[in-house]
Amino acid sequence: MNQSLNVLMPFACIFVPDFPVEALLRAEPELRLQPLAVLEGKAPLQKVFAVNENARRAGIDPGMTKLQIEACHDLVLRARSLPQEAAAHAALLDCAQSFSPRVEAIGCDTIVLDLAGLQPLFGPLPKIARALARRAFDLGLKASVAVAGNLDTAVLAARGFFGVTVIPEGKEAEQLGSLPVEVLFGNSAEESAKVLETFSRWGIRKLRDLAALPDVALSERLGQDGIRLQALARGVTSRTLVPVEPPLVFEEVIELDYPLVLLEPLAFLLGRLLEQLCARLEARSLATQELQLCLELQNGYQSDESAELARGLDPSTSLRAGGRGRPSPHGLFRRTLRLPVPLLDSRTFLKLLQLDLKAHPPGAPIIKIHLAAEPVRPRAAQHGLFLSPSPEPEKLELTLARIAGIVGESKVGSLELLDTHRPEGFCMQRFAPETFSSQRHRATEKNNPGFSFQLSSKISSVSPCLRGDDLVTALRIFRPPVDAAVTMQDSKPACIICPKNKEMQGEILWAAGPWRSSGDWWEQEGWARDEWDIAVQGETGIALYRLVRDRLNGRWILEGTYD
Amino acid sequence: MSSLPLVSTAAPGRFVPVAARARSMLVLERLSAIPKLAGVTPAARLDVRPAPQMVSSGVREIDALTGGFPRGCLTEVCGPASSGRTSVLLAALAAATRRREVCALVDINDALNPYSAAAAGVDFEKMLWVRCGHLHKSGSPQGRPSALLRAGSVTEKKNEKIEKPVEQALRVTDLLLQSGGFGLVIIDLGDTPLKMARRIPLASWFRFQRAVEHTATVLFVISQVPCAQTCTSLLLKVSGKKLSAVSSQLSAETSPAHAQLLDGLQVQGELLRSRLDRKPAGSVTAAFATKVQAG
Repeated sequence: MNQSLNVLMPFACIFVPDFPVEALLRAEPELRLQPLAVLEGKAPLQKVFAVNENARRAGIDPGMTKLQIEACHDLVLRARSLPQEAAAHAALLDCAQSFSPRVEAIGCDTIVLDLAGLQPLFGPLPKIARALARRAFDLGLKASVAVAGNLDTAVLAARGFFGVTVIPEGKEAEQLGSLPVEVLFGNSAEESAKVLETFSRWGIRKLRDLAALPDVALSERLGQDGIRLQALARGVTSRTLVPVEPPLVFEEVIELDYPLVLLEPLAFLLGRLLEQLCARLEARSLATQELQLCLELQNGYQSDESAELARGLDPSTSLRAGGRGRPSPHGLFRRTLRLPVPLLDSRTFLKLLQLDLKAHPPGAPIIKIHLAAEPVRPRAAQHGLFLSPSPEPEKLELTLARIAGIVGESKVGSLELLDTHRPEGFCMQRFAPETFSSQRHRATEKNNPGFSFQLSSKISSVSPCLRGDDLVTALRIFRPPVDAAVTMQDSKPACIICPKNKEMQGEILWAAGPWRSSGDWWEQEGWARDEWDIAVQGETGIALYRLVRDRLNGRWILEGTYD
Repeated sequence: MSSLPLVSTAAPGRFVPVAARARSMLVLERLSAIPKLAGVTPAARLDVRPAPQMVSSGVREIDALTGGFPRGCLTEVCGPASSGRTSVLLAALAAATRRREVCALVDINDALNPYSAAAAGVDFEKMLWVRCGHLHKSGSPQGRPSALLRAGSVTEKKNEKIEKPVEQALRVTDLLLQSGGFGLVIIDLGDTPLKMARRIPLASWFRFQRAVEHTATVLFVISQVPCAQTCTSLLLKVSGKKLSAVSSQLSAETSPAHAQLLDGLQVQGELLRSRLDRKPAGSVTAAFATKVQAG
């Protein structure tokens, strides 16, 4: 701990060993304990690109052909996935950015960040290093973290030492001395084979051997390259960090080796992607209000029926390449999940996506899953003492999705009246009650002049109730309307017969009307009607109905009952 | 002359000697000192369940009659067609939305008239309207562990079933009550045939009652006849006392139809059951009138 205080300008390096393997393990963490090899190349000429530690112990090395490694029966083979590697690299950047804004990406598997000034915020350097490693692990990456007063030394230590390493200032050469010279070249070791061969011939295996060589003699034999390598081995280089500003893109991808046909395994994979996305968003102190799911379908083909289903149910959100049953060039199935408030709960997202996919199945086996989240600032809300109860947004979204699954999407929501006199002039909207913050704001505004709330055990209504005289007579609508046959007498209805609803028929005791209305006559969907209020003697007493005659087709209907 | 013993041991129970009584008292004291028994509260000392908080029903006369609607309880308003049930429903809905509470209306027959609701003063932003009256094919995924991603497959079609509106409403109400946070949840059984309304199992009403218990939710049901039976904390029966316009117009046959106007309804409410107070000795009623709004 005291040693760490000696580092004046500390840098941290996060290095992910076997990065292509780790990128795949983010989607399939259960394979972490098994020997795993990542293959690259086209089918007959596939070669091992990367292996994990277990595979290395089993004798599998990069560069071996698929034929050579097939003898190892426990070995799990996966194809290299560049999109998954890109997502893993973005996750690594998010991990670093969650600690420091000054971040440099040296390679896809190596990130350096400037720790200057972070100690008062996060604690001593070993604690920061451990927190970095933990955060990387939360994001699905097993990383080595090294902290040193020198950027290049931090990189070499991260590549050479497993776990968390903190190198005090002035002890770089001593700490790096035990590392093999191969760490100087990182991933480009193959390109530097000539230099390594030279070192091998000289009997130089460790960095301390290289550091001990005389400068002039080394310069004469290897030139400036040799001097640079020796400076690296001594830990005396000085390089400025070149910060990058990674874009706020949160995307996760899984490429499947076999097509998925069931919803349950799809939900399993979606759950993992969502966990990764939420962990990344959380690392950047963000939340999301929009999730975009894109599924690549097998052979880009989809059936007629599923295409029709998607088009009929939700044309705005279900975008599919390809027409009715034709093979499409892309074969993509997209769904967009929009939320009324920013959320960061992977389980809620998963349930919402599951319910959505149950209602709108893709229609073909899936071979690739792409999930993206639109980042927004998280919701900062606090319940107020004087606020009325309100459903939690997460629960409410799930409840609405479940109800939509029961009654249909268009049958649940809030009302909006349209600016028209046409009957049934309303539409359904997404139900999103006011957020807590706006409620709270209103309550605060109310409270500012002085507290006027009364806590009563009896009637606690804040607003005065309606006087009995002001009660509105409600009309209950029959959906669909009830067809009726009406007998007229003296130009007013005298008797009504409803073949399907016999309790609504009989002699009309009283009638008021007609009230004539029409509209939209300038359009094709014009309407014109006469309305009557009638009283009919029913079994339980007099019932009041609204009787309507459509003047365009002469049809009589019972529109509703006054209640 | 032989002397009689003071205490006869041959007839136990009739005479208890002083020493035995003292022993039994000692035993009782010891038993009561045992913690297990001491923890048992006598029935006479049981706490009275706190009275639920009451909220305005939106109708002054009903508030005067019942004290409002109780939170965390089931309130039922029943009555025949044109008796004013829906008017009371809209008044309750308007009062709740004015209190800035989030409300839900489970409309089994899809009978809500938005214009009436707007005239009653309902804030639509605060009201969730669930329209159950339409037949909706419920996909099998709810009940099966896994579902095919292909829509319209043979297996899928076999498992599809048409749900009845009442079944939909019960499931929806369950979800709403489990979700929590609603100030008022209304189940509108107004036009549901009696046969179907009576088929709703009592277990469902018990479940609903338990779900709202100890919450701030008012569960409100309107129906033609009482459905929830013993689960109802407050049961109100409404009936059309007389149709104000109709009654006057029936006697005035001479005026033409277009000169007549439906003024509104005169409603009489009767408190049939209240668990909140002692049972009323006689019939307790209240009368109020509704008005037809223009437009």
